[in-house]
Amino acid sequence: MIPTPQSDSARLITPTMLVLWLVLATVPFWIARVGLYPYLGIEILIWSLYALAFNLVLGTAGLPSFGHGAYFGIGAYAFGLCQFNVVANLWACLAAALAVAGLAGALVALFISHRRGIYYAFMTIAFGQIFWTVAIKSHKVTGGEDGLLKIARLPADFGFASFDLAGNVAFYYFVLMVFGIAVIVLWRLVHSPYGRVIAAIKQSETRAAHLGYNVWLYKASIFALSAAVSGFAGGLFAMAQLAAFPDVMSLHQSGYVVMMTLVGGGLVSFWGPVIGVFLFLIARDVIGAMTNAWMLYFGLLFIAVVLFRPEGVAGAIMAAWQNRSLNSMRQQGGTALRLLLGGGRWR
Amino acid sequence: MALIEVSGVHVRFGDRVVLESIDLTVPEGEFHGLMGPNGAGKTTFFNVLTGRVKPSRGSIRFDGEDVTGLSSHRIAAKGVARSFQIMTLFDEFSASENVIVGLPGFRARGFDMHHAAAGDRGFAEKASEILVTVGLAAKSDTRAKDLSYGDRRALEIAVALGQGPRVLCLDEPTSGLGSDGVQRLATLVGRLKGKLTIVAIEHDMEFLFSLADRISVIHWGQVVARGTPHELQQNEWVKRSNLGRFA
Repeated sequence: MIPTPQSDSARLITPTMLVLWLVLATVPFWIARVGLYPYLGIEILIWSLYALAFNLVLGTAGLPSFGHGAYFGIGAYAFGLCQFNVVANLWACLAAALAVAGLAGALVALFISHRRGIYYAFMTIAFGQIFWTVAIKSHKVTGGEDGLLKIARLPADFGFASFDLAGNVAFYYFVLMVFGIAVIVLWRLVHSPYGRVIAAIKQSETRAAHLGYNVWLYKASIFALSAAVSGFAGGLFAMAQLAAFPDVMSLHQSGYVVMMTLVGGGLVSFWGPVIGVFLFLIARDVIGAMTNAWMLYFGLLFIAVVLFRPEGVAGAIMAAWQNRSLNSMRQQGGTALRLLLGGGRWR
Repeated sequence: MALIEVSGVHVRFGDRVVLESIDLTVPEGEFHGLMGPNGAGKTTFFNVLTGRVKPSRGSIRFDGEDVTGLSSHRIAAKGVARSFQIMTLFDEFSASENVIVGLPGFRARGFDMHHAAAGDRGFAEKASEILVTVGLAAKSDTRAKDLSYGDRRALEIAVALGQGPRVLCLDEPTSGLGSDGVQRLATLVGRLKGKLTIVAIEHDMEFLFSLADRISVIHWGQVVARGTPHELQQNEWVKRSNLGRFA
């Protein structure tokens, strides 16, 4: 269907966003009553932002990046190092997280953007491991395996007023504000002409190139953008944890965001990664309280989704909500999964 | 001056010589057919012409400008559009979106991240006009993967036309079509003839001989015969090889 000016894709703010923000705004009022804790809300928002950024590459561009934790971690380190060595200003440090991770992403993109499919996946893993190793070995800069400690939650200075973010509730609302703005930006990005070209390239690099698009440049740019926003989320994570650790850059942590995105339904829906993050973190805390083997169950769920339900949870919701056939959603997810791992070099 | 001038193009894949010293000139507005047996190097030649394969030596000039070795997107931006023997569409996009993405105006906005792509009436109307041309007006909202084989062939041409090309390269456009489909395509290409420069690889000799102004026969990576359809019918080599038996 051609999206009309009235369709959600043409809107800057959609009804789904409004409902989501309203629900999220109430979280601090009830989260403790259901046996959870406010910090979990912060984690969900930050990981959601990270997963949405990651899905620019995985879902929108169809490029399998399996080392994305590197950029999340680089953002966290950049935030801390900026705070300690440059200026202890929230906006400057968040900008540093965004810029440094974006630059690292751009550097990697130079080497991988002529590939797709399994070759692309291997190279993202290799570069992710390089960044992780550098983070562990550079004791003087990153604190090595101990990480960068004593990162402060800097106050949010808006000029007319300054807000202390030391408490979890205040920080939660700050992250919610940032998350809200980021969602608008990413939604528009995905539905802009740029986003449609990226989606076209996912489906056929050959055709896109013969229509006059510089496929390499588009692939490199979306990877760098995704890395930048992932790094921004990493900067927020450093504030949340009051530290930056190399662990988030490891291969298994990079795998988490892939699991979240695929289980949630990122291959068929913009909101899939958010659903996946919610399920993953709730499973970690709720099932994890009952058994240490919670990851075994989530891993089995991941395998089941990849094998039988590539449309993920979002696909099932869309089928029910929008009265679409579950089979067609499954086909859409399956096609996206095939495109993700199927292609070799495009020429 | 010819619009396309190919001179001494040579392509090797490892030890294998695929094209050997191909020369071709196509004046603006000409329909130039390429024929030859399977494996003769026709599609490789197309790939060289459209930037997908770089020639080992030789030169390609487009409207007087040397475009040898330029990448596909640069050659496409100069006004060379192509269709593919193995259909290459954006399957998840509607027919209309497939055309829109190829419009030069949309391409110019390719890095626009600030505005919504949806609902741009100008692009939608332009795409609609092109879909009418190829007979897909009623299917503009249908996803490419849900179209019939014949409609997908028509959409291939629509996407190429959407680029507003000066040269349209058609790689076996009738492949897999029934007689009705071939007839419809012949009518469409007949309407385009003269308005665009067309280079077409084709195995359907009736189609090619009825439409082409000139035809080059490629065999073993070389042009072994060239001329008008009438001249080729008299060509001893073509007669012997049985390539012109349908003409």
